Amino acid sequence: MAEYLRRMPYSGDAFRRSSTVWSLLKLDPWLLGGLLVLTGFGLTVLNSAVDGSNAAIQRQAIYLGIGFGGMLVAAQIPVYRYARLAPWMYLIGILALIAVLFVGVGAKGAQRWLSLGGFRFQPSEIMKLAVPLTVAWYLAKRSLPPNPKYVGATLFLMGLPAVLIFFQPDLGTAILVSVSGFFVLFLAGLSWRYITTALAVVLASIWPLWSFVMKDYQKQRVLTLLDPESDRLGAGWNIIQSKTAIGSGGWSGKGYMEGTQTLLDFLPESHTDFIIAVLAEEYGLQGVLWLVLLYLFICLRGFWISYNAHSTYGRLVGASITLTFFVYVFVNMGMVAGILPVVGVPLPLVSAGGTSIVTLLAGFGILMAISQDKRQVN
Amino acid sequence: MATDRNLLKDDNREGRIFADRLVVTLVIFAVMLGLLVIRYYHLQIVDHAIYATRSDQNRLQTQPLPPRRGLIRDRAGRLIAENEPSFVLAIVAERTGGLDAVIERLQQIIDLSDDDVEAFQLRRPSTRPYAPVPLKFRISEEERARIAVNSHELPGVEIEAQLIRFYPLADLFAHAVGYVGRINERELQTLPEGPYEGTFHIGKTGIEKYYEASLLGQAGVQTVETDARGRIMRLVDKTPPVPGKDMRLNLDADLQLAAAQALEGQRGAVVAIDPRNGGVLALYSSPSFDPNSFVNGISFKDYGELRDSPDVPLFNRALQGQYPPGSTVKPAIGLAGLHMGLVTPQSKVADPGWYSIPGDDRRYRDWVLRIRGRGHADTVDLHMAIAESCDVYFYDLARNMTVDRMHDFLQNFNLGARTGVDTTNERPGVLPSSEWKLQNRGRPWYPGETLSVGIGQGYMLATPMQLALMTSVLANRGYAYKPSLVAEVDGIVPATERLQLPDIEPSHWQAVIEGMEAVVHERSGTAHAMAKGLKYRVASKTGTAQVIGIAQDEEYDEDEIAERHRNHGLFIAFAPIEAPTIALAVIVENGGGSSAAVPVARAVLDAWLANPGKGVMRNAGLASNG
Repeated sequence: MAEYLRRMPYSGDAFRRSSTVWSLLKLDPWLLGGLLVLTGFGLTVLNSAVDGSNAAIQRQAIYLGIGFGGMLVAAQIPVYRYARLAPWMYLIGILALIAVLFVGVGAKGAQRWLSLGGFRFQPSEIMKLAVPLTVAWYLAKRSLPPNPKYVGATLFLMGLPAVLIFFQPDLGTAILVSVSGFFVLFLAGLSWRYITTALAVVLASIWPLWSFVMKDYQKQRVLTLLDPESDRLGAGWNIIQSKTAIGSGGWSGKGYMEGTQTLLDFLPESHTDFIIAVLAEEYGLQGVLWLVLLYLFICLRGFWISYNAHSTYGRLVGASITLTFFVYVFVNMGMVAGILPVVGVPLPLVSAGGTSIVTLLAGFGILMAISQDKRQVN
Repeated sequence: MATDRNLLKDDNREGRIFADRLVVTLVIFAVMLGLLVIRYYHLQIVDHAIYATRSDQNRLQTQPLPPRRGLIRDRAGRLIAENEPSFVLAIVAERTGGLDAVIERLQQIIDLSDDDVEAFQLRRPSTRPYAPVPLKFRISEEERARIAVNSHELPGVEIEAQLIRFYPLADLFAHAVGYVGRINERELQTLPEGPYEGTFHIGKTGIEKYYEASLLGQAGVQTVETDARGRIMRLVDKTPPVPGKDMRLNLDADLQLAAAQALEGQRGAVVAIDPRNGGVLALYSSPSFDPNSFVNGISFKDYGELRDSPDVPLFNRALQGQYPPGSTVKPAIGLAGLHMGLVTPQSKVADPGWYSIPGDDRRYRDWVLRIRGRGHADTVDLHMAIAESCDVYFYDLARNMTVDRMHDFLQNFNLGARTGVDTTNERPGVLPSSEWKLQNRGRPWYPGETLSVGIGQGYMLATPMQLALMTSVLANRGYAYKPSLVAEVDGIVPATERLQLPDIEPSHWQAVIEGMEAVVHERSGTAHAMAKGLKYRVASKTGTAQVIGIAQDEEYDEDEIAERHRNHGLFIAFAPIEAPTIALAVIVENGGGSSAAVPVARAVLDAWLANPGKGVMRNAGLASNG
């Protein structure tokens, strides 16, 4: 069964021969290939977004190097060790998040960074991995599907960091962190009754959330999304310009380094959160579809690895990491295209930015570890 | 506890649950992916045209390229109206991010009057979005530098190089050429938008207004690519503007200067026409003003001074001043008498110094009665009547002719109607008739009034332009051309209209013109003083126009009458008699009599006839301006 599952269609003999090399490196060649193509494509697009600035491209290349290095390291760690490490990572993360609220540094009215001896990092990024790992650790030990007690404990594990991040305030990351935890719960077999009830509660809480909890800038983001034309030069500018960039790209795009919206600075944040608009403008819908296919390939491979994992823990962690990755893609592409609020989520592995790349690739390292977990006795 | 959990754990079941959930996940995954693809398909394929247009609008800006306004030169090619490069401070309100703050900051950096800001605010609402609206004209080099240094604090502030109208000869041609001024609110509403894109000035008076369409030229257009901050990155497309047509005037700066100097310190006007083609050689109204002060908006204070000055410098006396022509109409009326057979060159009228209509005991006095206590002579013929300006002769002639026949004949000289000279604000004067009086005054014509018209008084009014045209007709012995200020538009000579009198016996012309010649060249002539040193022969007629009515037995004493109540002095002349090249009319307001007007005419005639090639301009050291 295992041997059958490991084989991919069209893999052939050559692949089987070399599979020993991949086993030695504890890497999944298909996933690695997909990630390399994606990041290569991402670098090309970024080069246009930063208008050929060598420094910016070098920085991104270095982050990618660190990220792939981290992935290689993460792949070597046996899966059961993640299960043991997860709670400690989680604890440290929670402490760091509390520390951020009191001694954090930040910009634009939000405290998101911790400064440790000149090195700045964002504890909320750790939680993007720590939460699914910890929730999976907790649930994998229990009998599944989870009973109400386990569900409650899981919700607490998800909720605590989410609330802490929400107060930074960083609504987008808070939601994504809890979503990654929720995926684990869902894949572990959370009863549909709970899910429907939760959905009802969420829908019912929209009004009180809007009236009493959400800050003005968060409301503004939602309002701008609903009617971007209302504030053309202010809050709506980003969305209008990104939609214009995407729409003007058409089927085949304006050509590499020819995107007028990007080059003439109409498109804001073109190298970070809005980089998909650069791609859409210069490569057209063709380019968007290629990118979507790349993401699709990576995600399907991730699900395949998870499906074939030998432990419940591996399955839950693998699928959760994959799904979270896809949610980032969906949220980013959706917000830039104007169907989701602008919440500050980068396009995975394409947008410039070190923390996100390292975290994501470390996550894929864990997936690789899961893929090579077969010889381990459960 | 741990054993409990292990006992309850069922790997197969957990695997099944996971597989089920993975299927659900994949379905949701597919739906989300589908949503994304649909969204991007919609943006990039369905609505592509909309966004492509929006993207172009974003980056491409269409900028008007204002044309260069046509230059105006005098007949010798000296520049009368040119365009000077100048820097204009303009604001694109949409890019400021806070207009008031930017204006406030500008006020700290450069000298910006409240007038400027007010005018800017008035101009602003009527411009299209993202169009630069001028805030201050004629920015100095220093102000430019200050703005450049502080440009980071001044978003939306632009400095544009512009050509601004400049009149190097200042007040010399103010009334002849007119001036341009900023387009005002009222004009903005009526002007077609296209031709004036990027142009902030328009002809307000004179030639500048009359020939606006030719002088303006055609606006060009350029499409430039700009970045989000409005900086120009690249020129995409350009249609160059077509410059306005250059004009050469018939006017001569030498004659203008001669007129200006002769009229210095007096109120009056000169119009000189070349009878051979109707070209206006001189058109000067004194006092004049500097048209340059109107180009960029005159301050309220300066305008108030001009408007409220008792000498009304803004009033164009040459075209708008309607004066009783006085005795200057006598040659024309004498010609009418000859033509109608009412008099012959030999027929004489008794002249006791006054005239009365049978059945009326009112005495119509001759001007000479006060001086000599009697008439010009026992009997006066036409020659003497013109040379010495005998009123009694013309009282008698007018009474015999009747006002309506006089009206009909004088109409041939274009009196009572605008000459149609190519400029603005010309007034028609008044050529009265019994019908005119009934219509305008609602009363019948009284016989005594005919006598007044016979000597160019009463209801009769004419502008200096009309008198100059009348003089042209006399000079040409029966025809004239419509006066024209502009000789050539872009090298093309405009067609002229001819004013033709009915056929009149040459001997009649000869008799009248001989009389006019005697005005200067015979000892008894009313302008004999002018004969001294005269290098050419001139036919002329003096005139005096009463400003106030004088009662029956009252004496007119120049010295006792306030300056403003003194008679206007008039003079018409053409020269040389044998082949006239100039015909002119002069009025000096409150000059006391024609003696004030004669020296002005002499100066202009000399400038034209006695100094050919040796311009007064050069002598006066003004050549460098032209």
